[in-house]
Amino acid sequence: MIRVENINKSFGDKHVLNNLSAHFSAGKINLIIGKSGSGKTMAIKCMLGLHPIDSGSIIFNDRDFINISDRQRKEIRKEIGMVFQGSALFDSMNIQENVMFPLKMTKSMSVSDMKKRVDFCLNRVDLKNVHTLFPSELSGGMQKRVAIARAIVLNPKYLFCDEPNSGLDPVTSKVIDDLLKEITYEYGITTVINTHDMNSVIEIGDSIVFIQDGKKEWEGDKKSITTANNKYLNEFIAPSKSLRRFSG
Amino acid sequence: MGFLATTGKYVLFLKRVFSRFEKRTVYLPKIIEEINILGISSIGFVAFVSVFVGAVVTLQVAYNMENPLLPTYLIGLASRDSIILEFSPTMISLILAGKIGSHIASSIGTMRVTEQIDALEVMGINSASYLVFPKICAAVFINPFLIILSIALGIVGGWLAGNLTGICPTEEFLIGLQYEFAPFTMFYAIIKTIIFAFIITTVCAFFGYHTKGGALEVGQASTKGVVYTSILIIIFNYLITNLLLS
Repeated sequence: MIRVENINKSFGDKHVLNNLSAHFSAGKINLIIGKSGSGKTMAIKCMLGLHPIDSGSIIFNDRDFINISDRQRKEIRKEIGMVFQGSALFDSMNIQENVMFPLKMTKSMSVSDMKKRVDFCLNRVDLKNVHTLFPSELSGGMQKRVAIARAIVLNPKYLFCDEPNSGLDPVTSKVIDDLLKEITYEYGITTVINTHDMNSVIEIGDSIVFIQDGKKEWEGDKKSITTANNKYLNEFIAPSKSLRRFSG
Repeated sequence: MGFLATTGKYVLFLKRVFSRFEKRTVYLPKIIEEINILGISSIGFVAFVSVFVGAVVTLQVAYNMENPLLPTYLIGLASRDSIILEFSPTMISLILAGKIGSHIASSIGTMRVTEQIDALEVMGINSASYLVFPKICAAVFINPFLIILSIALGIVGGWLAGNLTGICPTEEFLIGLQYEFAPFTMFYAIIKTIIFAFIITTVCAFFGYHTKGGALEVGQASTKGVVYTSILIIIFNYLITNLLLS
């Protein structure tokens, strides 16, 4: 479980996050949705400590993530997997090395054990015979799957995904969504996903937080989102008049 | 104000590079890899430049020694000192700043804008130390060898030019090379090279690491890194010379 309480973040005069509070449950897919530039990515990056927050608190299972030493933060980070928007695979490493990298850096395992774990993770995301290929030789969807394999290789308790469907066709997007859903339920991970893809919202959104201009505007689930009475959210769900008429 | 802020940021960056090291077994293969990328791959280029500039230095010294009372071996002596004291450590370091400095800044800058550095941080890895420390070790280790090679090839180039044009026969050139040779000049050249290697790797890595934006900014970071490195090499060249030779 992750608890975010009243976090604020600004760059000069620009407030990117405004008193944002949210609760992300374990074993569920928690979505953060909102327009481009609404502060979704910043919210995730602040939760991961990639950007320091101005005020507020971030709690990972009753462990404060802000007022702790670098060493303690490192320990919590070992429990976190992250899938970046552009996959962020290391260009200089092949796929096997990419997935093996977190193991190599944090565990004291034999190479054969590490290889077994890499094979398991790549099989889990349905990728075979790609071990020796480099990221540039894979399609966008395959790169995302490698990024998911790398994110789960350490058996994380928390999985963060920044727009996992961006740049993917609807069919591949569905594959990625299904994969994230399976992994979350199978391992009981607290999964937090940033997205503005309504298909994902309807398919996998167990818990949804809608952000507008860095502020939480609405919170609910995939069932209640279509009946929500929030001007910004309704605009986000059905941006054109014809779509609004269509969705009733 | 901008200069002070950048200097402060650079010092904090160095503090991060030299703190919170990862497992020792991680660094050794990376240092060897960087030695190959930064040093071994530069051998051909350094050799080519050194031979030709060594030849030009000898021809210019000969051109400036028209007085018949001056012995011919002075051509070898002046070429030797120019190459050891200035050309090889300083000029080759400036050339390497362009070659390996831009490589360092652009590769780290690309990692920054494609979120690969963020990925390292999320894994709990000190990205500054993991990415930059092996490059510093590699350059500080391999650059002195490159400079020694450059000195040797520069002198060979000078000897060839003197011999082929007939302005300085082999015997005279060899006498000049050995005449009052002070081994301290080699020590001075190596000290300079080590300091310049540190500047090249850290300054270019600093600009790459703090890149914001996209491909255009990566290019700008690379240019900035090379320009600031070159300026610092020129300034430190004066300071080290003042400290060690005056």
